[in-house]
Amino acid sequence: MISMKQCELLVVGAGPAGLGAAIEAARLGVSVLLIDENDTAGGQLFKQIHKFFGSKEHYAGTRGFQIGQALLREASALGVEVMLNARAVGLLDDGSVAVQYGKDLIQIQASKLILATGAKENAITFPGWTLPGVMTAGAAQTFSNVYDTLVGKNILMVGSGNVGLIVSYQLMQAGAHIKGLVEVLPAISGYGVHAGKIKRAGVPIWTKHTVLEAKGKRRVEEVVIGEVDDQRKPVYGTQKTLEVDTILLAVGLTPRVELASMAGCRLGVERILGGHLPVHNQEMLSTKDSVYVCGDLAGVEEANTALDEGRLAGTAAAEALGYSDAKTADKKRCLVEGLHDLRMGTFGEKRLDCKSRVIEKWSCV
Amino acid sequence: MKDNWLKQGYIDVDDWRKDMNYPSEARRKQKAVAAIECFQEIPCNPCRDACPAGAIVLHGLVERPKLMEDLCTGCGLCVAVCPGQAIFLVEERERHARITFPYEYVPLPTQDMMVEAVNRAGETVCQGRVLRVAESKTMNKTRLVTLEVPLRWADEVRSMKRLEGDHENG
Amino acid sequence: MGNKKEHPIVDFVETELVQVTVDGKPLWVSEGKPIAAALLQAGIDVFRFTEKRKAPRSLFCGIGQCNDCVMVVDGIPNVRTCVTRVQAGMVIETQMGLGKLGDINETM
Repeated sequence: MISMKQCELLVVGAGPAGLGAAIEAARLGVSVLLIDENDTAGGQLFKQIHKFFGSKEHYAGTRGFQIGQALLREASALGVEVMLNARAVGLLDDGSVAVQYGKDLIQIQASKLILATGAKENAITFPGWTLPGVMTAGAAQTFSNVYDTLVGKNILMVGSGNVGLIVSYQLMQAGAHIKGLVEVLPAISGYGVHAGKIKRAGVPIWTKHTVLEAKGKRRVEEVVIGEVDDQRKPVYGTQKTLEVDTILLAVGLTPRVELASMAGCRLGVERILGGHLPVHNQEMLSTKDSVYVCGDLAGVEEANTALDEGRLAGTAAAEALGYSDAKTADKKRCLVEGLHDLRMGTFGEKRLDCKSRVIEKWSCV
Repeated sequence: MKDNWLKQGYIDVDDWRKDMNYPSEARRKQKAVAAIECFQEIPCNPCRDACPAGAIVLHGLVERPKLMEDLCTGCGLCVAVCPGQAIFLVEERERHARITFPYEYVPLPTQDMMVEAVNRAGETVCQGRVLRVAESKTMNKTRLVTLEVPLRWADEVRSMKRLEGDHENG
Repeated sequence: MGNKKEHPIVDFVETELVQVTVDGKPLWVSEGKPIAAALLQAGIDVFRFTEKRKAPRSLFCGIGQCNDCVMVVDGIPNVRTCVTRVQAGMVIETQMGLGKLGDINETM
């Protein structure tokens, strides 16, 4: 059975970016339908149990899941219609979106579309990587922080980005032992303060090291790690075996561009932002004039930038639909400036460069 | 300094002593003072907003916080709010130092308990006596533990060894 | 693998226990948890075996994207256990290979 549904604005993905977009558009009077393939809204916010960086405007110092709760309350108060268990499976020729909703297929016709489909975690391969007990760091984080389930007791973390550092800390909070963290690069790549937390808890961090092999019969029982040289090749004789039951991969994320690509949005490649992503202008409009993109889909960063990109996309889409007020221009300017600020400093500058390039590419189309 | 800190994940104590936010000896001996060990430009400023005395100067979002030690009252609100858990309180007495740090593990220590005091690398450097375990609604589940340790470890002790016996199978 | 009693940050809400069947054996699990979480808590960590090499597989992405954790649930193969919540009376089976169609036709 295919049924039809119409709305002014359809937002795909109810994580921080999608929620931000839906909230700002609804605030200006747009009728918004927000869909998500999961049975709860909030995206990956509910597994973030640490206090967030940022400023007052980003709820800094508040824990991620609490920010998620606040955003859901706000969306609900503004009358955003949220449809869960609804997976956007494709875009049809007339611009409508095919959505699998339980066992039904629904065709949604919207005047504007905001894609906030997020990102997926990367993996690296090594002998034994398919054994039970090898999984993404995000899986362990979700299971521990949302479902009260530790996926292992003795854990090796792979990758020293913020995900690897934060998840290590959170699993210790839940009672696991982090036997060590390996990083293939010569230096820790996440924030020093996050590394500091797990160092104070006594976790060894081995830079210029990688996983060589996972061993075990029906699940991981041991891991072999080793040093790498400047070409990232293993150095003979440096192998070390650790008794672990779990190996977690925190080796970056990739934007989920399938829908954007299907919509005909032009893609660009920015390695620092996760690879292929839809190019967009300063106000998050893709190369298709009815499709906006935001959050990790538009380049993997973090929840604060995702939220603000969403707010910007929602405001811009509302304006394009004819909904704006005296404060709209000012609001957009503040969000653009805020995003710029979030990309300042030692860590942000590279992302700022990438984003400038993305915006430049958009203007060349 | 930076290279070493990014390789090992913590700052060497000698580098801390040279840092702009290392409190003066006079101030450390006067009463508790914030030790802000935030060395990178991170888009984050809640410490400034949390300080009721206006003792933390930070323009915009990514600048490193700068402590005005004469204004700091040692209240610890910045310690609890800092998402990086990079702020501590230090107070130097005649023979002992009192170190306050954020703590988010269970079980919690209790007053007068003797615990293993650890440095920035997580190594036990001495025993410490728990003077106080503070928590409040504003601190949002981050507890502030104050340890009394021998004075010579004042610049080193930044946490305690986690206590065993938690999280056993139910 | 472990059932935690206490968490320093999160106040987990305890749900009622319900009975399910896993590979023919009864198991009491917390209602509303994903199947994968319930099984891991019960110490069951192999969810399926691959078609060609009969290699064990388990949880991998935890958010319904990778399809590594699929099992046969109420006769339907390839059910993503990380995003499917347990319900009383569910019949859960380790999946061998690609799974048999079984009752799936009824649902289509």
